[in-house]
Amino acid sequence: MKPLLKRLGLQGRTAVTAVPYLWLLLFFLIPFVIVLKISFSTSQIAMPPYEPLLQWTGDKVMQIKLNLGNFAFLVEDDLYWKAYLNSIWVASVSTFFCLLLGYPIAYAIARSNPSARNILMLLIVLPFWTSFLLRVYAWIGILKNNGLLNNFLLWIGAIEQPIQMLQTDFAVYVGIVYSYLPFMILPLYANLVKMDLTLLEAAADLGCKPWQGFLKVTLPLSLPGIRAGCLLVFIPAVGEFVIPSLLGDPGMLMIGKVLWTEFFNNRDWPVASAVAIVLLLFLVVPMMYFQRAQDAEAGGVHR
Amino acid sequence: MATSPRATQQKFEPWTDPHAKPYVRIEKVTKKFGDFIAVDDVSLSIYKKEIFCLLGASGCGKTTLLRMLAGFERSTSGRIFIDGVDMTSIPPYERPVNMMFQSYAIFPHMTVEQNVAFGLKQERLSKDEIGSRVNDMLNLVKLGQFAKRKPHQLSGGQRQRVALARSLVKKPKLLLLDEPLAALDKKLREHTQFELINIQETLGVTFVVVTHDQEEAMTLSTRIGLMNHGEIVQVGTPSEIYEYPNSRFVSEFIGSVNMFEGRLVEDEPSYVRIGCDDLEAPIYVNHGVSSAPGATVWAAIRPEKITISRDKPDVADNWASAVVRDIAYMGDMSIYLLRLDSGKVVRVTQPNIYRHAEDRITWEERVYLQWYPESPVVVTK
Repeated sequence: MKPLLKRLGLQGRTAVTAVPYLWLLLFFLIPFVIVLKISFSTSQIAMPPYEPLLQWTGDKVMQIKLNLGNFAFLVEDDLYWKAYLNSIWVASVSTFFCLLLGYPIAYAIARSNPSARNILMLLIVLPFWTSFLLRVYAWIGILKNNGLLNNFLLWIGAIEQPIQMLQTDFAVYVGIVYSYLPFMILPLYANLVKMDLTLLEAAADLGCKPWQGFLKVTLPLSLPGIRAGCLLVFIPAVGEFVIPSLLGDPGMLMIGKVLWTEFFNNRDWPVASAVAIVLLLFLVVPMMYFQRAQDAEAGGVHR
Repeated sequence: MATSPRATQQKFEPWTDPHAKPYVRIEKVTKKFGDFIAVDDVSLSIYKKEIFCLLGASGCGKTTLLRMLAGFERSTSGRIFIDGVDMTSIPPYERPVNMMFQSYAIFPHMTVEQNVAFGLKQERLSKDEIGSRVNDMLNLVKLGQFAKRKPHQLSGGQRQRVALARSLVKKPKLLLLDEPLAALDKKLREHTQFELINIQETLGVTFVVVTHDQEEAMTLSTRIGLMNHGEIVQVGTPSEIYEYPNSRFVSEFIGSVNMFEGRLVEDEPSYVRIGCDDLEAPIYVNHGVSSAPGATVWAAIRPEKITISRDKPDVADNWASAVVRDIAYMGDMSIYLLRLDSGKVVRVTQPNIYRHAEDRITWEERVYLQWYPESPVVVTK
């Protein structure tokens, strides 16, 4: 093994660090370049259903045809930017509710008895042992007109007619918050559990009531956890396709659904790719901004 | 009562004055954690402007007692008064007490300045007053130019001073210090000890210090409360604790000591003679001992209070013969480990008064030990 690596000009250390880079190259960068390429081509009824970018015209001429029309189309047709905005709105609201629910849960687990913590965290990740799709389907059974929730409300006499819950925005929010809540709790928990509790005693000693200590010490110190949790929920929620199509109103505009329609129903791969590229830009830009902000805040802590 | 060095300088001994009112009164305080008794029926009086050290090995309950003064723990029974006010059920954020934590507990997301201002902001003081008090305090602890730094940009000694400044800036009636110097290296620790005393004298704040380091307790404190298994075993000035320990535990905890077990053979109000199986001659002590005749007692003699010579002393009491087993040269003094004929090893320290002593006592030599009648302390428990 060693001589082989040497012959390839690799040190052991380089070889090890090369693995993640290789992974990212194969499964992120190359697919990204392919999608980027398709987004600049023109749709045609063929196999594959788009024209190649590079064409050999025969006269010793290599032709590169960049079709910017797909991106122009996204701007012209208001369906797309409405879908983008709606997706970002839905993802933001869901992230907010995930934080609202997830923070107290993570806090309670982090402050619980150390022996109980592992069991509680196990319960948080336990739903992952069931397929995501099955869990979303289960919500149909709960939310539909003659489903569990409506029947329960009828039984206790809170309502007289079943409420239409399935195929509403409410159902989508419930689905997203339910599905992504663990992704909020995990980083928050990891942050809160390692907090030095004497800091809270110090705050109390200096005159803080418990809630003031929380606002002035715990909350600012948990910001990295909040940030990580919000990104982990927000990013996949923006592109979410399964939950809105199973639980939501069929007319609900979500960019993930639009992408699906373009790709499978309209077989317009170039427009679908353009949608994906723009979506990526919408996500990468805020992500990089947050990363920067976090690094700047951490300052010299990273040595 | 013995006179401590401090007392001869400025005569600060409020505990000897029957009219002085204690500033902090701990009355029969007990703290249990489940079945475990961390603090066992402790009563203490601490006077204004004292530096009172709670000294003891880890797990002796000193930190629990300190945390009860701060309000982090509620006593199972008993009461605590500070400046005449019953503190028993007052939460930490309402006590006129501040604490310097062993880990310093500096807020990592705030600058030095913000850390020090934190407690004042809670009091809703005006911006100008906060600014000037923070500034004065930072100058006092010599951190003026580090005001804008974040804690992770500071050294251990600087962080210690941030913690000190933060806890002092609120002008507490009582400052609690939990192992304040434990995290510093030896040189810095010695320097900081004196700085701490200076700051305390400048501000006139009453200090209660928890430490396991007897040297630290000796240099810092006006009085020491020595704790063991949740109980206060002796309270006294450093010299009282060192020279007049009331038990074997105290004399062995503070400094090193040679302990001779024996029986009272002569028991008079003005002197006692103790017969000891390890020694050829009896121990003569020039003070009376309150103990039943024939009871087992212990004579504790400090290593520096024994002299060594080659000549057999011409006295009836207070001598022994031994063989030099080991010598440790420490520079300023030498430590001799001497084996008595009974096999017991006695530790003796001698100052190295002369720079070169060719005929210095050496290994395997037979020597004679001698001490004054004032030197041993007789303890009965």
